[in-house]
Amino acid sequence: MADLRTNLAGITSPNPFWLASAPPTNSGYQVQRAFEAGWGGAVWKTLGEPIINTSARFAAISFQGKKVAGFNNIELITDRPLDVNLKEIYETKKRFPHHAIIASLMVEPKQEKWHEIVKRVEDVGVDGLELNFGCPHGMAERGMGAASGQQPDLVQAQTTWAKEVAKTPVIVKLTPNITDITVTARAAVNGGADAISMINTINSLMGVDLDSWQTVPSVAGKGAHGGYCGPAVKPIALNMVAECARHPAIAVPISGIGGVGTWQDAVEFMLMGATGVQVCTAAMHHGFSIVEDMIDGLNNYLEEKGLASVSELIGKSVANYSEWGNLDLNYRTVASINTDVCIHCNKCHIACEDTSHQCIERKIALDGTPFLHVREEDCVGCNLCSIVCPEPGAIDMITLPYEQPPMTWNERQTVLATYKGK
Amino acid sequence: MTKSKNLRSLVNVSDNFREVECGLTDVEASDEANRCLYCYDAPCITACPTSINIPSFIKSIATTNVKGAAKTIMTANPIGASCARVCPTEELCEGACVLNHSSKPILIGKLQRYATDWAMKRNEPLFKAGEPNGRSVAIVGSGPAGLSAARELARFGYKVTIYEAKSEAGGLNTYGIVSFRLPPYVSLWEAQQVKALGVTIKTNTAVGKDIAASELMKQYDAVVIACGMSHVPMLGIEGETLSGVHDAIRFVEQTKTEPLSSYVGKKVAVIGAGNTAIDAATCAMRLGADSVKILYRRTVEEMTAYHFEYEFAKQEGVEFRFLTSPQKIIANERGEVKELECVRMTLGEPDAKGRKAPVAVAGSEFTMDVDIVIKAIGQTRHHALIEAFGLEHHHGVVAIDQHTLQTSVANVFACGDVIFGDGQGEAMVVSAAQQGKVVANSIHQRLASRQVTTH
Ligand SMILES: Cc1cc2nc3c(=O)[nH]c(=O)nc-3n(C[C@H](O)[C@H](O)[C@H](O)COP(=O)(O)OP(=O)(O)OC[C@H]3O[C@@H](n4cnc5c(N)ncnc54)[C@H](O)[C@@H]3O)c2cc1C
Ligand SMILES: Cc1cc2nc3c(=O)[nH]c(=O)nc-3n(C[C@H](O)[C@H](O)[C@H](O)COP(=O)(O)O)c2cc1C
Ligand code: SF4
Repeated sequence: MADLRTNLAGITSPNPFWLASAPPTNSGYQVQRAFEAGWGGAVWKTLGEPIINTSARFAAISFQGKKVAGFNNIELITDRPLDVNLKEIYETKKRFPHHAIIASLMVEPKQEKWHEIVKRVEDVGVDGLELNFGCPHGMAERGMGAASGQQPDLVQAQTTWAKEVAKTPVIVKLTPNITDITVTARAAVNGGADAISMINTINSLMGVDLDSWQTVPSVAGKGAHGGYCGPAVKPIALNMVAECARHPAIAVPISGIGGVGTWQDAVEFMLMGATGVQVCTAAMHHGFSIVEDMIDGLNNYLEEKGLASVSELIGKSVANYSEWGNLDLNYRTVASINTDVCIHCNKCHIACEDTSHQCIERKIALDGTPFLHVREEDCVGCNLCSIVCPEPGAIDMITLPYEQPPMTWNERQTVLATYKGK
Repeated sequence: MTKSKNLRSLVNVSDNFREVECGLTDVEASDEANRCLYCYDAPCITACPTSINIPSFIKSIATTNVKGAAKTIMTANPIGASCARVCPTEELCEGACVLNHSSKPILIGKLQRYATDWAMKRNEPLFKAGEPNGRSVAIVGSGPAGLSAARELARFGYKVTIYEAKSEAGGLNTYGIVSFRLPPYVSLWEAQQVKALGVTIKTNTAVGKDIAASELMKQYDAVVIACGMSHVPMLGIEGETLSGVHDAIRFVEQTKTEPLSSYVGKKVAVIGAGNTAIDAATCAMRLGADSVKILYRRTVEEMTAYHFEYEFAKQEGVEFRFLTSPQKIIANERGEVKELECVRMTLGEPDAKGRKAPVAVAGSEFTMDVDIVIKAIGQTRHHALIEAFGLEHHHGVVAIDQHTLQTSVANVFACGDVIFGDGQGEAMVVSAAQQGKVVANSIHQRLASRQVTTH
């Protein structure tokens, strides 16, 4: 068995799989069930002044018959009194001393409010704090959550206030509803954050009912934007994690969140710089037991790769992520169709013909059988044909030998500038 | 979906004994695994006699964690690779799938085969033996029941020795179920997995002949009787010893162990309509027989073969003659089978068990031309062996405690076909596997002074 233990800014847990702050971590009963099922940590449902929720809170998008490709909610932070939550956190920690329990917090952007809640929460023995600057609805209208998370100065100030009294590590959870995540991430770091986590949910409207013309979900005939999460948001989250991981001024550990549902997702987040991951939608869709395959699959993957510890994955792909200007313009890849594997759906042909570079030709062999042929000289190597191809192995993207030495756009600009200078 | 090969060659009959069903491709397995709903407290788990965590192994296939899937299967069922091929899944897991109500059930058997095929190909050890606990167990028979008990006992740390009369391990999985449904390499791999845990399998060693029952009782802390059932009984009709009359179990065994003999041009009659009859009949078809008729004295309703077996046999070209009972086998001048005299039957009043007794219709005798008669009317019992151990039994069905599977003799346990019958249990590979696990647990509970950790 590989060593799956993780250490995020001093918060240790038996494995990298935490439940994100959300309905699955609403109560001691649930978090204890989750730990029994195998989860390594839990970020408690955000604590603060109890709120009132609407009825009809969630909606999901099915994609071509697959349920919950994306998930949306208009739920707020915890609706249970603080002292009840604190008592359950205390009991849960006592029963599971080696699991990570992190308290997610959200209060008005006032120094004394942050001081007060940090002290009260740390008194019951949490392993860390997560400041929720991300909730995009309801709390934002009250100047909290995403509203404060979108303003770098407020992110920094609130982080500072929390840090002034915190004894445990402080994680700042970022909202994706901004233009450049590294700006708010740096604000958190400047405020003294020990770690950052991302992403919270993305502003969304899930749909409109074609018969009633009501929004989905609808609360007594009215809808409001919600927060989007689940498998569909993973690429957005992965990019944000990677952008922060490769930013030289953001040298704190990252907890990756957004669309994680399998051990493979977790490996990707960790390779891109996350120390561990948090999960909400996948647990809501399938129950806590999905963590079994996450742990087993991760362990088998590490053993297969000959890695002794999961921590050896962290950040290993970050150096492979850069700006467009650093990509090699003289690298060439082209499509190659394996006729013996091809199942003749012609999807690659029409994709290229109608929407790319018209270089997949339909031909007939001497024995009368149709086949597809790529005109290599016209193929730009866009990958479209291999993306639409349903049959694994039917289309390979192959690398061509260099005709010109490697050169990036940035290098090219430098060369051009020297010419101009002459 | 997967194609099956039931084309038959009359020239090269050995081609006909290759496995009929193909495994799923990676794409098929992924599509199917992603269709699974991952139900909570899933009915398929309840329907599996060994309680394999089916949604869990399917989820692992969906995430390409095929090793994890294989381990989940084999943990619950040490005979999981064979079961993937021979379990009546329509009656078990797949029959319970909730998608039967809304769409089509998940192909659980095929997915199980996909995962176990992967494990066979990789041939990595999936389990480790437990810390030796200094106690020893002898097992009589290396069929599904014996192997399953052995695997579990080895994981608990017991020193296990299996005594097997045949030259290879696996029981009916190796010798009795036709190759085109279950090729021998599958059960031999399962046996290999068990051996890899330090279990000794003494083949060519019949208990009661090569070693006395009393010797086992003396030498070991516990004994497991997993000897299955024996050959097919006599029909009790004239002509039964003629050349051309075969025991179905022996007949199938020959197709798995000896060069195949062609049946081209032959007319075959199979007597009986259980699982064995179907296997024998389809085997005869695949040996190239001109015609194969299954004769059964009751109707399609009472037949013990599964519905899918009946369908398969019909597809293979096997003909069914219901309400027909053999009376006499008639020889030609060379003493070979030439004709079979039969009588038509009708169903009378239900007997005590509710089965309608077949009654001969007076004057309805007729003969049919046949060259081969294959008897498949059940199996006899290992009476001598059972008595050598001094076990209580009813007509050769060993009496056991329903929960512990302990026999009338302390520290002697029984599992598999040897306890099937008299309304007790089912003669299935998967039930034998489950009973093997139960026996191992009972022994462990009885013998272990302290818990031993398993790996
Ligand atoms: C033709 C046929 C087809 C079948 N098809 C199916 C099917 O499709 N699906 C299904 O689930 N079930 C099927 N079955 C039933 C299934 O094979 C049995 O229920 C199962 O094999 C029972 O397992 P077992 O371990 O109890 O006995 P067996 O598999 O019979 O194994 C008993 C072992 O004990 C050995 N043995 C016996 N006496 C001695 C001795 N004195 N000393 C040492 N060793 C001894 C035997 O050689 C044998 O290896 C079929 C059976 C037959 C005959
Ligand atoms: C119903 C629901 C309620 C949520 N409530 C909170 C919350 O109280 N605090 C918080 O920080 N994030 C909250 N989130 C966001 C999740 O913690 C997580 O960041 C997001 O769902 C992305 O992860 P996922 O794709 O695994 O669901 C909530 C998400 C959902 C679906
Ligand atoms: S999951 Fe269904 S039953 Fe449970 S609270 Fe929500 S709407 Fe009610």
